[in-house]
Amino acid sequence: MNMNSVATLERVETITLTIDGVTVKTRAGRTVLEACREAGIYLPTLCYDPDLEPYGGCRLCIVEVEGMRGLPTACTLPAQDGMIVRTESPQLHAVRRDTLELILADHAGDCLSCRKNGHCRLQEVSSYLGIDCRPGLLREPKRPVDRSNPFFDFDPNKCILCGICVRACAELQGAHAIDFAWRGIETRVVPSGGGLWIDSNCEYCGECVSRCPTGALVPKNSQKASRYVKSVCPYCGVGCTIYLGVRGDRIVSVEGDRESPVNNGRLCVKGRFGIPEAVHSPNRLKKPLLKKDGRFVEVSWDEALDLIAQKFKEIKQRYGGEALGVIASARITNEANYLAQKLARAVLGTNKVDCCARICHAPSVHGLMRSFGSGAMTNSISEIEDAHTILLIGSNTTEAHPTIGSRIRRAVRRGAKLIVADPREIELAKIAHIHLPLRPGTDIALANAMAHHIVVSGLHNEKFIKERTEGFDEFWAVVQKYTPEYAEKITGVPAEKIKAAAELYARGQPGMIVYCLGVTEHRTGVVSVQSIANLALITGFVGQPSSGVNPLRGQNNVQGACDMGALPEFLPGYQRWDNPEHVKKFEDAWGVPLPKTPGHYPLIFCSRMWDDILKGNLRGLYIIGEDVALTEANIGKVRKALQSLEFLVVQELFMTPTAELAHVVLPAAGFAEIDGTFTDTERRVQRVRKAVPPPGECKPDWQIVCEISNRMGYPMNYRSAEEVFEELRRLIPIYGGITYKRIDEHNGLQWPCPTEDHPGTRFLHKDKFTRGLGKLVGIEQEPPEEVPDQEYPFLLTTGRVLQHYNCASMTGQVSGLVQLVPENFVEISQKDAERLGIAEGELVRVVSRRGAVRARVKIREIAEGVVFMPFHHKDEPTNLITNDALDPICGTAEVKACAVRIERV
Amino acid sequence: MVAARERAWGKLIPLLQRAQAERGYLSREALREIARELRIPESTVYGVATFYAQFRLTPSGRQRVLVCRGTACHVRGGARVLATVKKKLGLEEGQTSADLSYTLETVACIGACALAPCLILNGRVYGRLTPQKAAELFDTRRPS
Ligand code: SF4
Ligand code: SF4
Ligand code: SF4
Ligand code: FES
Ligand code: FES
Repeated sequence: MNMNSVATLERVETITLTIDGVTVKTRAGRTVLEACREAGIYLPTLCYDPDLEPYGGCRLCIVEVEGMRGLPTACTLPAQDGMIVRTESPQLHAVRRDTLELILADHAGDCLSCRKNGHCRLQEVSSYLGIDCRPGLLREPKRPVDRSNPFFDFDPNKCILCGICVRACAELQGAHAIDFAWRGIETRVVPSGGGLWIDSNCEYCGECVSRCPTGALVPKNSQKASRYVKSVCPYCGVGCTIYLGVRGDRIVSVEGDRESPVNNGRLCVKGRFGIPEAVHSPNRLKKPLLKKDGRFVEVSWDEALDLIAQKFKEIKQRYGGEALGVIASARITNEANYLAQKLARAVLGTNKVDCCARICHAPSVHGLMRSFGSGAMTNSISEIEDAHTILLIGSNTTEAHPTIGSRIRRAVRRGAKLIVADPREIELAKIAHIHLPLRPGTDIALANAMAHHIVVSGLHNEKFIKERTEGFDEFWAVVQKYTPEYAEKITGVPAEKIKAAAELYARGQPGMIVYCLGVTEHRTGVVSVQSIANLALITGFVGQPSSGVNPLRGQNNVQGACDMGALPEFLPGYQRWDNPEHVKKFEDAWGVPLPKTPGHYPLIFCSRMWDDILKGNLRGLYIIGEDVALTEANIGKVRKALQSLEFLVVQELFMTPTAELAHVVLPAAGFAEIDGTFTDTERRVQRVRKAVPPPGECKPDWQIVCEISNRMGYPMNYRSAEEVFEELRRLIPIYGGITYKRIDEHNGLQWPCPTEDHPGTRFLHKDKFTRGLGKLVGIEQEPPEEVPDQEYPFLLTTGRVLQHYNCASMTGQVSGLVQLVPENFVEISQKDAERLGIAEGELVRVVSRRGAVRARVKIREIAEGVVFMPFHHKDEPTNLITNDALDPICGTAEVKACAVRIERV
Repeated sequence: MVAARERAWGKLIPLLQRAQAERGYLSREALREIARELRIPESTVYGVATFYAQFRLTPSGRQRVLVCRGTACHVRGGARVLATVKKKLGLEEGQTSADLSYTLETVACIGACALAPCLILNGRVYGRLTPQKAAELFDTRRPS
């Protein structure tokens, strides 16, 4: 951001104006108000917000301009060269006072008991204009305060109708949940639907609350903080930069960092309102627990750690290192992930180390690696807003990556064209120019048909294909039969729509593809990703700003966990475990020989560990911060496997269903209690900092790993997380130039960043793909393993909701989030519901070949024959019924498609 | 912003009018449908619908009561008449009873000042009212 504005400043015209006799320079295109602010001149304002479009509603920022009649509002008046502006005169003062008196006359509230007291802009402006800001006492409040939603209150009596909330909701969040309604003196801000806030389509991002200048919108339970600590949101992979407001040893508030290029201050409901209660939950684990006679008892750290070291040693001696495995975590820091995989490889002697990237984006890592050479988002989040066309596939962005979702809405607001391929009519489908409601698991046919139409209509980029790619002939040999008409039969999307989408995408320079788990969580995940990459390769829409292929990574640090080598197929930095040169580098650095075999059968991905355990190959498992008993596919089998382990250690924040099955449970410190780094979906490495002390005896994950390692005779002695980072960056070339100090200076750094003078990389593959040439491949559509039949007539697809995060171990602690989405549900089309004779809100049983769960019916716009369920609720866990058919290349399970039937209960 | 609001109004108003003509009022579902059709936010539709006096957002009762609040009626005890009617029907101005039997509204002057204080019940003017007479109107006209 900053670098951009510096660069543009040199190019744009500078203009000079005189304000109150002072010569002021500014850039053309600025308003008079902005020019004043830059020059440090105060003007009273109520409806101005620097991040919103000029409005001119409150009329307090009026000025006099020589040669201009009337009193224009400075916030809407473009500054012009030679302008002579006065911000103060008896007339201005009198008009401003009258205006403010009118506003105050309609403002009922007592400043002394108002939660905005002291930082209310109405007070500030009143004091500037010399008006006593207490007229509220003269008026009776006439409307009830709306306290209906769990996060904030709306007091219409204190509202001054500045419209900031309405505009923030429309312009920044894109939700349009509120607007002005009624007229004259009855005009007021009304949530959609006209009733209570809780009945509107508000997404509780809190953008309006954080910007309201008065006490009209205030968070519930807000306490002022005594200090602020910069950190990163611990929930999703967007990695929004936040400030934790801390008071004593408690987090009392969370604000988005407006300077951050990741989120520009935006947050979603989880980040804004879901952190303090999760961190300070009374349900946090506080002491190591050991299972004795089927019950957990508290033990000392020494007892727990000694036992772990002893058991791991025993198993290793008796069956070899391959009988041990580690599941690291996409929730913990890079430092902890790096050490966890080091423990596995260097100390336990096993390549059976993995993380939950396996259930989500392993297909992206592999697919994009095969097509481009790098398995990550090619672009930056902020570039979305400048794309001309966005092709969104299998991503319910406003729910799963909310602040990116709001950027997509903003892009559309600014004129971008949006194509949404999704079986459901998700929020973004409602504003899309084209919605392609394809059947789950038919992405390949759709991508192929779009490619087909692009090529036969001559919309492909021949120069790019020739110079920067290989494999076109092989690609075309397969794709040529995928006419849109042929694909219509497979996808259920009318051929005409496919053609229109193909043309819109191919003509939209720059065109950007954004996709998510709808594409990857199939047994054809890797090749689906490649078929999508093909589209970018034939159009040349990759390697430029706002143009590329962008998987949205799920968890806060899933990108980092992969980068750190918490994957069996890659050593840190995507160096190969089967490349002798790479292995030697790590053997030299770590001073021990590394395992040269993958373990049993090709590679033991965590999705294969369950069979591996049941076969008796894997006997001891160390799971850090992952609730596999809830989030893996077909968890019936997972639970059975965990129960049959000789020794299971789970390191957690909470007593999750997985931890319940452990022999030893270790209490870990959470993100706000430690130092370290997270890498977000746009490859940006950011820091988290210790803001509050961990509860009880919790320890940072990386320290626990060190303690185990030391007890097993391999010394790991680091004084700080930073020291761990220094070691890992020396071994991971793409992190080579990243240091804690540089992260602070640059607001995070995006890899690849090979050297300490490298600014980081905004977008990948500029002149050359990481693998040299982009690889086009011909890919055939294959059906999901399970297709609906007589017995199981529906196709179930799964996903997340905005209010919860995956296993919900954290969001489940937050009362407001639980209140919004208390239980599991199943979405079904109107027609199917009628056919089955089930009604909205009814409880049904969803049954697959593997099990059954109960859920409430929600009738929604979704393709007929398809039903959707989230997987957050541990009481009725959806993954009991999902299918664990695996992608043969990367072992990702097909949780996005299985056959089910619906029964009434 | 204002411009956007006005642009939306142009297309919206005919649709709102049609929906109101069909059902007699604009339900939340009707507003939602219109928002979907025009691909504009529901909150905008609500904003516009409430901006114009011609639109009703609640269903009206089978019997419509219009109590006059004009000056002539006021000086002759219109306020007490209104209070009585409110109490009798258990409704505030602008409200409709839950069983949809009555809707109570007030107007500035119904143009029958000679008969003040007065009200209109189902299109018929009742004048020279006392609170008691007003109350009786509703005793005899119980909805069947
Ligand atoms: S609620 Fe706050 S931001 Fe919204 S219009 Fe009222 S004063 Fe302005
Ligand atoms: S919380 Fe967010 S979505 Fe809800 S009204 Fe405010 S800005 Fe809009
Ligand atoms: S959950 Fe994701 S989108 Fe929401 S605040 Fe956290 S990082 Fe941002
Ligand atoms: S700040 Fe300019 S009109 Fe309100
Ligand atoms: S004032 Fe009531 S009819 Fe004129």
